Amino acid sequence: MATTTAPARAAEATTKPQAEGKRTNLGRIVAWAVMIILILITLFPFYWMLRTALSTSKSLFSDPASLLPVDFTWGAFKRVLGLATPAEAQAEGGSGAAVNFWLFLRNSIIYATLTTAGQVFFCALAAYAFARLRWPGRDKVFFIFLTALMIPPIFVALPNFILIKNLGLLNTFPGLILPYFFMTPFAIFFLRQFFLGINREIEEAAKLDGAGHWRIFFGIVLPMSWAPIITLFILTFINQWNEYFWPLLVGSNDKTRVLTVAIGVFRSQTPAGSPDWAGLMAAVLVAALPILILFFAFAKKIVNSIGFSGVK
Amino acid sequence: MTTDTVEPVVAADYKSGIRGTDKPPGRRDLGMAMIFLLPAAIGFLVFYVYPFFRGFYFSLTRYNLLGTPHYIGFANFTKIFQDKLFWNAIVVTVEYVVINIVLQTILAVAIAVLMHRLTQSTVIRGLILLPFLISNVIAAMLWFWLLDYQIGLVNEFISAIGLNKIAFFGDATWAIPTIALVNVWRHMGYTALLVFAGLQTIPGYVYEAAAVDGSTEWKSFWRITLPLLRPILALVLVVTVTGSFQVFDTVAVTTRGGPGNASRVMQYYIYQKGFTEGQFGYASALSVILFIILAAVALFQLRILRAGESDLA
Repeated sequence: MATTTAPARAAEATTKPQAEGKRTNLGRIVAWAVMIILILITLFPFYWMLRTALSTSKSLFSDPASLLPVDFTWGAFKRVLGLATPAEAQAEGGSGAAVNFWLFLRNSIIYATLTTAGQVFFCALAAYAFARLRWPGRDKVFFIFLTALMIPPIFVALPNFILIKNLGLLNTFPGLILPYFFMTPFAIFFLRQFFLGINREIEEAAKLDGAGHWRIFFGIVLPMSWAPIITLFILTFINQWNEYFWPLLVGSNDKTRVLTVAIGVFRSQTPAGSPDWAGLMAAVLVAALPILILFFAFAKKIVNSIGFSGVK
Repeated sequence: MTTDTVEPVVAADYKSGIRGTDKPPGRRDLGMAMIFLLPAAIGFLVFYVYPFFRGFYFSLTRYNLLGTPHYIGFANFTKIFQDKLFWNAIVVTVEYVVINIVLQTILAVAIAVLMHRLTQSTVIRGLILLPFLISNVIAAMLWFWLLDYQIGLVNEFISAIGLNKIAFFGDATWAIPTIALVNVWRHMGYTALLVFAGLQTIPGYVYEAAAVDGSTEWKSFWRITLPLLRPILALVLVVTVTGSFQVFDTVAVTTRGGPGNASRVMQYYIYQKGFTEGQFGYASALSVILFIILAAVALFQLRILRAGESDLA
């Protein structure tokens, strides 16, 4: 932005150019120093996660403050991924119990992918109806949908749990997925904003050519909005991947347990005296990996999507 | 239904964006609209509207999950007001919210202003956002390790400079501040990006004019940035405070409400009543109270901070 240094420049131009310039420089250095410290606080724990995961659990006690991995080994990752024999695991300070990492990873993928796909697609349909079709009561209905944003998740989670239980869907994927599958008010709002911005003339031209709403939706609106749709998809996927409360209630057996819940269980099962810290950090790192990869692939999109898109 | 979704967009647009297209709605697309809306409407009715009313109903019943709900009027609520653990949960939750929000907001504004004045780099914004992308559970486990009493790095540092080690999660006075700080770490970058987006709506000429009048960066921050940021900050606060009141994940994987009742926050208490102790009616009544508190706090904030109005006329 051109205005970033404007006060400094203007100050230099008016009074005592040299002194003012020096003070501003010093200010900038201090500001950068603070910024760098904040970034370090943000990033260092991630490094520590990696450093611990590459250490041998038992050796961590001998050199807890070492900046490098203590007694370097891939053992913790092998334990988490189920590639180590129980004897090997115990030798390095693991519990030796089998970890169903791949199963939980599969469950997380199923849960996050299906909820995200359903939500984004159905919300795109609804957003089209709210943005592009003309029907009586449309804006009132939209407003009613939006009010659902005001309801705290736990308030509906309790009755939803009863509903899923009464339907006999506890510990099944449909039970996990259904409440998120059809809509969230946010997704409808988000997509409607973009659909409103699409040029109507293209649509009118398609109509003259005899295209129906389905063809306009799939042939024009969706292709033209792929950028916001992908952004929404990524944001929703991250949220779903990180969700803990609902899967904790509904997916409590191995068959449907997702990674976040599994890590909680893993933690509560580790012996209190000498937890397998290396194993725990390796597990946590591997669980976060899909999101980190997704993030680095789409960083710019994600970063720029955060903000108040409603404010111009 | 996560507490961390990127929702602030909505509040900002209530006024300007509620009307769809310029032309008045007619009847001609009604049939088509119903087909397009059908899946979302099913989801809305079954998983939002129905449980919303059912939640109120359950709060008036005795319901142990195995039998059927038994209507008991307002008995749950009279019991709640005499429940010491409920009042404890309120106190503990408020303590958490205050520490969490104050620190998080100050740090987020600091980061946002620094970024705004120093760099437009997407890389730095991305790095700052990183903790927000991992789950609460992972952030909690990571800090559980960093703050471990025996060999956690932070305690190693504390004892290296000659102070006494701190049982961050195991000490009743430290448990809530610690959990609050963990979540500050996870959310400050995200909040900073929201504030940063708000900063970009302040036109540059305001700063230029101030500089011509001899205003320093520091003065400009207090006289220009903060007042003009107020409407955005208000919306950010409504969202973060509402989310903060619903803290659960971090508590559930670290202290589980302890030591004693020191970190038994509202949502964890509701969870325990409903799912560990099987008192579902009572848990529903607690969640009604949480809902009322959240609604009141949000309305109060919007009033006080006059969120909808901008000073930039």
